[in-house]
Amino acid sequence: MPTTLKYQEKDLKLVGTRPPRPDGVDKVTGRARFGADYNLPGQLIGKVLRSPHAHARIKSIDTAAALALPGVKAVVTRDDFAEMPDEMAAVGELMINFRDVTRNMMAREKALYDGHPVAAVAAVSESVARAALALIRVEYEVLPHVIDVVEAMQPGAPLLHEDQFTVGVKPKPERPSNIAKRLEFGRGDVAAGFAQAEVIVEREFNTKPVHQGYIEPQACLASYSADGQAELWTSTQGHFVFRAQCAKVLQMEVSKIRVTPTEIGGGFGGKNNIYNEALAIALSRKSNRPVKMVMTREEVFRGTGPTPGANVKVKLGCTRDGRITAAQAELNFQAGAFPGSPVNQASMCAFTRYDLANVQVVGNDVTVNRPKVAAYRAPGAPIAVFGVESVVDEMAKKLGIDPIEFRLKNAAKEGTQTYYGPRLGPIGYIQTLEAARAHAHYRAPLGPNQGRGVATGFWFNIGNETTCALNLQEDGTLTLMLGTIDVAGGSRAAMAMMVAEELGIEFERVRPVVGDTAALGFNFLTAGSRSTFASGMASVIAARQVIEKLRARVAKIREVPLEAVAWKDGQARPAEGGGAQFAPMTLAEIAKMAGKTGGTIAGHAEINAQGAGPGFGTHIVDVEVDRETGWIRILRYTVVQDVGKAIHPAYVEGQLQGGAAQGIGWALNEEYFYGDDGVLQNPGFLDYRMPVASDLPYIDTVIVEVPNPNHPYGVRGCGEVPIIAPMAAIANAVENAIGLRLFAQPFSPPRVLKAIEDAAAARD
Amino acid sequence: MARVVLSSALAPYTDGELELELDVTNVRQLFKALAERYPDLRDHLEAGIAVAIDNEIYQDALLQPIAPDSEVILITKIAGG
Repeated sequence: MPTTLKYQEKDLKLVGTRPPRPDGVDKVTGRARFGADYNLPGQLIGKVLRSPHAHARIKSIDTAAALALPGVKAVVTRDDFAEMPDEMAAVGELMINFRDVTRNMMAREKALYDGHPVAAVAAVSESVARAALALIRVEYEVLPHVIDVVEAMQPGAPLLHEDQFTVGVKPKPERPSNIAKRLEFGRGDVAAGFAQAEVIVEREFNTKPVHQGYIEPQACLASYSADGQAELWTSTQGHFVFRAQCAKVLQMEVSKIRVTPTEIGGGFGGKNNIYNEALAIALSRKSNRPVKMVMTREEVFRGTGPTPGANVKVKLGCTRDGRITAAQAELNFQAGAFPGSPVNQASMCAFTRYDLANVQVVGNDVTVNRPKVAAYRAPGAPIAVFGVESVVDEMAKKLGIDPIEFRLKNAAKEGTQTYYGPRLGPIGYIQTLEAARAHAHYRAPLGPNQGRGVATGFWFNIGNETTCALNLQEDGTLTLMLGTIDVAGGSRAAMAMMVAEELGIEFERVRPVVGDTAALGFNFLTAGSRSTFASGMASVIAARQVIEKLRARVAKIREVPLEAVAWKDGQARPAEGGGAQFAPMTLAEIAKMAGKTGGTIAGHAEINAQGAGPGFGTHIVDVEVDRETGWIRILRYTVVQDVGKAIHPAYVEGQLQGGAAQGIGWALNEEYFYGDDGVLQNPGFLDYRMPVASDLPYIDTVIVEVPNPNHPYGVRGCGEVPIIAPMAAIANAVENAIGLRLFAQPFSPPRVLKAIEDAAAARD
Repeated sequence: MARVVLSSALAPYTDGELELELDVTNVRQLFKALAERYPDLRDHLEAGIAVAIDNEIYQDALLQPIAPDSEVILITKIAGG
């Protein structure tokens, strides 16, 4: 069987419909089991002691008193984990250095942020565990800290890593720096491009780190047995990747760790990396008891990765008739305590929506005394695009060109040479712009203090390693075992639909389940909008393998040549022109006889899916600004996106709406507040303002389907793109509403009011 | 000979050289040839580099064939959230 399948247009019976999701009943009745719902007899409760300092050398850790407390069964510190060499490995969207992974999991020489784990205990109850934490004596030497990305880049800024020299600079710098990496993408001659320009717009933007805001805090349960094997139940976006990370930092053989993924209450990139998992296994190994660890919301905020805050500079040059002649950006991204921000991808996404001859993007990956950043839908892209699409909008206005028309004049299309490398294949960017321009929303009237904004987004989408197994059961139903986590988006349903479509049977006859790490070969994370593309490809391969086996079995049973057997509508039938007639056999009939005619029938696929199709989206938003309070009300929102093919349109719409909702929250209110001491001041949802239902209008969606030629149903993926444009679209709408350009996220009432007052003062 | 183009982000590791021709038939051979030619690039190749062969992006695909007349572009590996 091939490992990749090309797109074929065909009549569809099931793909494109909206059956109920297979996990739906359990979710709405409360039966679904999430991370914290798992328990084992005799389990202990694990808790983590976290640094109260943003930056401090750890001089000593004394755990004797904690260990002496009745009910405490184990304590682990840096001394319980091996030193890891510098070694880069892909874990999700970010390349990770295991020397850093082991230090982020448990501080070694220094605590690098408020909330950095310093020790962990396992005790018979949470109260005993908390009491034990209070008995651990840590001697710190408090060091100067740096929180802001621009300050961290300055010479003389407090250094997080004395051995960190900027990579990507020749010659190698003589002094260490918080700038871990500098990168530069370019094409053409930007100086010449700006010389050709008749209008130039140059602006600077700043964004704050925001959290992924998943409902379910990190939760896991580990059980290490005397024979050196471990079982782990955890809420994760990639159980195989978690297994790999745990095996590495615990120096265990991969096959001796079995990870069972629980249902997941949101991840959005925040559950791509281990936090407590290896600690739980280590505590279980030491105590010889199962250990359960559930983060509090405060721990989630203090200890797990947000998306970076950033400083972004954008310069755009244009002819008076609206053709971009040069584009330039500098992206300075916070990486948190360890290198590895998504500045690479942000740099590649900044201008890719446009067909440009002269481009330069410089990116800096900067360490600061905050938690190590984690992925968040389309990592980095919304930040870069906030700056770029704001400047694009300002340019269109200066030139007196409709913002969609301006984008259409410069839009990337099939064959456009990107500034990061290859030419784009078939894409649907122009189609999303045209659909947005044709939408009634774009022409709806606006009232006083109301404005409309447009912005667009691009994401690559990815494939990667994927496996699945499809087993025909004795009654003719099938079990589809998947290795990609259904991160609540409904991907299980999509995979089952593709299998049922291939076999020509009802959707309900395919039961999709997510297998544990012992059940299948390696699967990469559910990240990068890859699951329905890659796992869908694997599922179709497995289904077609089953069909071939069914045809072969029927050929033997009916004693006809293989080519005389066709598969259609869930039955083996005589092939047209096949030269043999026989009684058709249904799937159930074949399954019933399978055991006596050669054994059970199954298909499977082990692929590294290639050929992901890029996704593009165009957003329209209407806002109303209260000039007295600075409050921005979202009046109307429309997402238009090319998804290749919507296997289950309701779940695609859910992705588009969810991405927009998160983007709206990012734009309007979300930010971390740190005190002068570098301690996080708002680690909870009361003070960290996520959007709630009353903040949002109904989010309308328009699905554009330009098939990806590298997927049997044309799937591209859809989860990343919708979060990219909201911040810029809202900023553009505010400018149209009150004539005020916003350069700093979030656009919270106090900030907007101050901007209004500052603008008024400047006019006076 | 395949035409090999390196993303400008890799210029610091190749003394600024961004285009060359190499006699390679798959990605593994490509990475080996590049590592020999540009020692500073070695650590970045398998860990952080994807290739676009005739504009089709491949990640972690060491055995992917490269035709003699192919254009191969090295880019940063891509993932997501």
